Amino acid sequence: MKKSALSMKQSYIVCAVGIAVLFGLLMAICESGAANTYIKGILMTCCIAVIMTTSLNLTVGVLGQLTLGCCGFEMIGAYSAALLSKLIVAKGIAMDPTARFLLTIFVGAVIACIFGILVGIPALRLHGDYLAIITLGFGEIIRVVLQNIPAAGGVGLDKGQAGQALIGIDRIANLYVVFWITVVTVVLLFMFARSRYGRAVKAIRDDEIAASASGLNVTYLKVLVFAISAFFAGLAGGIYAQYMGSLTPAYAGWLQSTNYVIMVVFGGMGSLTGSILSAIVLTILPEALRAFSDYRMLAYSVVLVVFMIFRPQGIFGSWEFSLPKLINRIVYRNGRGGAAKAAIAAEGAGTAGTTAAAKSAEPAGKEA
Amino acid sequence: MAEQPILRAEHLGITFGGLRAVDDFNMTINKGELVGLIGPNGAGKTTVFNLLTGVYKPTDGEFWLDGEKMNGKKTYQVVRAGIARTFQNIRLFKQMTVEENVLVAFNESFSYHMGGAIFRTPRFWREEREMHRKAIDLLRIFKLEGLAQTQAANLPYGAQRKLEIARALATGMKLLLLDEPAAGMNPTETEDLLECINTIRDRFGIAILLIEHDMSLVMNVCQRIQVLDYGRTIASGLPEEIAHNPKVISAYLGSDEDGDDAGETADGGDATAATDGKEEHDA
Repeated sequence: MKKSALSMKQSYIVCAVGIAVLFGLLMAICESGAANTYIKGILMTCCIAVIMTTSLNLTVGVLGQLTLGCCGFEMIGAYSAALLSKLIVAKGIAMDPTARFLLTIFVGAVIACIFGILVGIPALRLHGDYLAIITLGFGEIIRVVLQNIPAAGGVGLDKGQAGQALIGIDRIANLYVVFWITVVTVVLLFMFARSRYGRAVKAIRDDEIAASASGLNVTYLKVLVFAISAFFAGLAGGIYAQYMGSLTPAYAGWLQSTNYVIMVVFGGMGSLTGSILSAIVLTILPEALRAFSDYRMLAYSVVLVVFMIFRPQGIFGSWEFSLPKLINRIVYRNGRGGAAKAAIAAEGAGTAGTTAAAKSAEPAGKEA
Repeated sequence: MAEQPILRAEHLGITFGGLRAVDDFNMTINKGELVGLIGPNGAGKTTVFNLLTGVYKPTDGEFWLDGEKMNGKKTYQVVRAGIARTFQNIRLFKQMTVEENVLVAFNESFSYHMGGAIFRTPRFWREEREMHRKAIDLLRIFKLEGLAQTQAANLPYGAQRKLEIARALATGMKLLLLDEPAAGMNPTETEDLLECINTIRDRFGIAILLIEHDMSLVMNVCQRIQVLDYGRTIASGLPEEIAHNPKVISAYLGSDEDGDDAGETADGGDATAATDGKEEHDA
């Protein structure tokens, strides 16, 4: 930050302008008629995936705890929002659709967050594979419970029928509103990650024992991050419910959760911008491969496998894309080109060195 | 006895299953004092550190920091109260920069909350700037300020040790526990470290408890030495007293002629103690 030729304030303005341009682009696509419902649907799914992936990256990449239950939280948010929305309509409360949308997704997110804390307190005593299994189990519990709640469309196993969809949810999700919710989510996550909290969380990822020996309340911070992730997962769920118009409990299972974990790994653990990019790419890719009809999921898997072989650290690794830095490099190259280039080279070498070090450290750690 | 000791431990002990790892451990450290804790491998030195930092809960005894009882507190609470440590096998935040490593330990000195971080309030910027300055000042003592933006994993070994001490200092402690800081260092690096330890003691006026196998370092810097063997204190006193104490010599080198002395302290395990000591000495 100190090296940048743009001041801090200018950097923020540049970022704001970047987001505004992005929004302008989105409007242009939608208003010009270039985008049909199908394209708009993909854009909406992209936004949901971005919220899910960036918030999941906070737990998986920044905190370093593998969880496989993010869709459980997403569905808690989705069902809460959907049922609340239905309730408001049924009671005949007059409400602007956008206001209702915002209210319901927020309530859904808060409920998901509460569940995040309840699950997080016992679950986060465990690490690695064990935590992954607990959270996977949690997702499955949510799925089975939803299948059996009459109000959520489930009939109940005792009646011999299970797993019906919740239908008739008002489709009031507006792409522009969702875009801004996504922006706010990403900004909030960035602000969190680039503060003393983010530093503390990264310290826990690197060495938990040293983190507590440096005066950090590890348990509190872990649950905090878990709760934040759950909150935004619930938010994404609320949007999903009111975009799709119907919900099935199966979505809470582990398959969809794994998909989001793939997106996080694909984008680079700990890189929020990497998550944004990979969420968009991996949402569009299966759609773009529709031309290959039967072979598209095969092609999708091959892309993933090949990518992981040649770039195991993900698209960005732990590097973050930054618009102000890019401008610094282009605009201020003349005066300090050599220094800037050296800095870039050093950065590259540093990243490579870390990866190599991390790789060599892994077996050593396991032995110990 | 006018001034309160920084650390007072009374009859500390811990049992792991049937193993008595530390027994009846007593220690007082006064302000600005540098005390050495030595003993053969497996004597329980690191276990004492783990007791003092709340990693293990003592099964017996009590200890006080500056008059405040520390038993049963969690590690982060003990650290916030003022006991910081380094580790035998270096534990840095490897993927973070040198400066960030120190800033993590400064975490409790920040006062801004989540809202401040999200809305980037003036207080956020002021504190971040202030902490950056403090971190660089601290790194300067260890001659690490030029490496502030380097990733910790890429530091040379000696610098990693120094960074770990710097990070411990950043917690703002009253008592610093150093666990074999000179392990794996060459003589030049050890010399450098010695200078560092003296500097921080002079500048911060803190008390230090040092575990070390490098006897020249221990004899040079420590004002008092306590010797552990099989979890028990077998001797304590001034360095020159310790160097000539027959019990200590027998614990380290094994005993032939001093068999009676060793028998008193090491009970039935006296024969094994002798072999262990010999092996270590050879290595």
